[in-house]
Amino acid sequence: MLAVDNLAFGYRNKPVGRDVSFTVAAGETLGLLGPNGCGKTTLFRTILGLLAPQGGRVLIEDGEVAAMSRQAIARQFGYVPQAHAGYFPFAVRDVVLMGRTAHVGLFAAPGERDRAIAERMLDTLGIAHLADRTYTQISGGERQLALIARALAQEPRILVMDEPTANLDFGNQVRVLERIRALSREGMTVILSTHDPDQAFQCCDRVVLIHQGRMLACAPPEQAITPASLRQLYGVDVAVVEIDSPEAGRPLRICTPTLRQPL
Amino acid sequence: MKKGSARVVEVVVPLALLLAMVVGAFAVGKYPLDWRDVCWLFWAKLTGTPHGFPPSFETVVFGIRGPRIAGALLIGAALAAAGAAYQGLFRNPLVSPDILGVSSGAALGAVLGIFLSLPVAAIQGLAFVFGLGAVALVYLIGSSVRGHDPVLVLVLAGVVLGTLFGSCVALLKYLADPYNQLPAITFWLLGSLAGANGGDIRAGVLPMLIGLVPLYLLRWRMNVMSLGDEEAQALGVSTRRTRLVVVAAATLMTSAAVAMAGVVGWIGLLIPHVARLIAGPDFTRMLPVAMIVGAAFLLGVDTLARTMTGMEIPLGVLTAFVGTPVFIWLLAAARRSWT
Repeated sequence: MLAVDNLAFGYRNKPVGRDVSFTVAAGETLGLLGPNGCGKTTLFRTILGLLAPQGGRVLIEDGEVAAMSRQAIARQFGYVPQAHAGYFPFAVRDVVLMGRTAHVGLFAAPGERDRAIAERMLDTLGIAHLADRTYTQISGGERQLALIARALAQEPRILVMDEPTANLDFGNQVRVLERIRALSREGMTVILSTHDPDQAFQCCDRVVLIHQGRMLACAPPEQAITPASLRQLYGVDVAVVEIDSPEAGRPLRICTPTLRQPL
Repeated sequence: MKKGSARVVEVVVPLALLLAMVVGAFAVGKYPLDWRDVCWLFWAKLTGTPHGFPPSFETVVFGIRGPRIAGALLIGAALAAAGAAYQGLFRNPLVSPDILGVSSGAALGAVLGIFLSLPVAAIQGLAFVFGLGAVALVYLIGSSVRGHDPVLVLVLAGVVLGTLFGSCVALLKYLADPYNQLPAITFWLLGSLAGANGGDIRAGVLPMLIGLVPLYLLRWRMNVMSLGDEEAQALGVSTRRTRLVVVAAATLMTSAAVAMAGVVGWIGLLIPHVARLIAGPDFTRMLPVAMIVGAAFLLGVDTLARTMTGMEIPLGVLTAFVGTPVFIWLLAAARRSWT
């Protein structure tokens, strides 16, 4: 459970957003949708306690995030940043093992149990074959999966993912989304940001639309994502249609831009 | 099991080489000794049996070469450990322990001591204190400027203050007596172990050990710190505190090293690369290897410095002559792993 209560976020001299309130129930997947620079990443940083709230509160079952230690936060929130190249050529196994840091004593190194958990997470994400490869040398999609495995190794209750499918090719995007759905079915609470409304239809129970630091809507994707709301969010014309998909066994919603320039 | 044996090999092989180098370093010099005699003397001393060598032999081994070799091992290991910690902390393989101004601060302290014609122990004390003070000042400035990447601010403050200390050294050199003080200043700034004695070593061991303990204890967190501030925090590390402890530890070690032997460059920059090449980037495995290789490197360089020609060659000059080609080779060999 996560509750964002009347949150104002940003920096001392540069407020980014305010009046954001929503709750995420255990096992729910919440999508954050908004244009570049709308404050999604700043909101994430505030939820994770990396940035002090300028007003309002972020609450989880154990209390207010702003009052918790870094270690306590890291045991509650697994954070998946956007995949980056990394600085030093760690093995993928060691990168995932770093997820155990919050469970390892201040002066200790991860032990057998931590290693076993890291291996299990590598298995869970289907990247056990990458364990001995060098993180700096694998593909962007593989890095994203490794970072998800690292976040899962934190054994968190809530997974926070910053554009988990950015910079991934189509196949890897789908694989990451499927993985998120599988995690959610197992009871993981997920908050993710995305640039793709279709992804919100595919894997989010609810979406929050953010525009210029304010919340426009917080509702199931079918209600929140409409031609009108997307026009307000991005300033472009979009058609949202429902298609029958015998493969999926249910109707799927997709949205597609209707370009003003004729083909 | 294979991995365990790899870990043993990457420590045991350099350690064996280092031991052979130590014996060799005892043997060579102005009065060449037989290495078997050196081993025998140590064995006799350890077991307390009479050895039958002349007292001059014992003096050369324990009085002259011993402190110098011990100093080279200690300083090499300390500078390599500090460099390894800084490269991880600042996420940059081109960082050396000097980055926060410890060497330029210590140099200013020592030069000031020479300028004021203080005794040697006071010069070393001033170097040590100024090295610590310089980094404290840099840290204070770095943490009082907010709203930027804290690591970047710290590095910039270190570079800027380092330049200021350099100018102060230049001013003192300009004002110094050109016949007595200036050569002493120049010699000190280039680094040397020629004057190392038992007292220096005893004075330097303690701060080095104190500095090493937190680096060892925080060895796992050092890996996480190298991911960057935000990710390290999200993984549960309180980065401000960790950074402060690591900077203090590395500064303590470097200050003690500079106070003992002057400014010896290159080790903190070069050796962590060699260690990463041998043991990989995992700090828990890389740190011991870096210390062994650093000790071996400085021992080798110092032995060259005292045996190559009739006069002492400054250490700082030799480390640069040896370090530059090695570093260029490393650049070519390890290119991929830096990106």
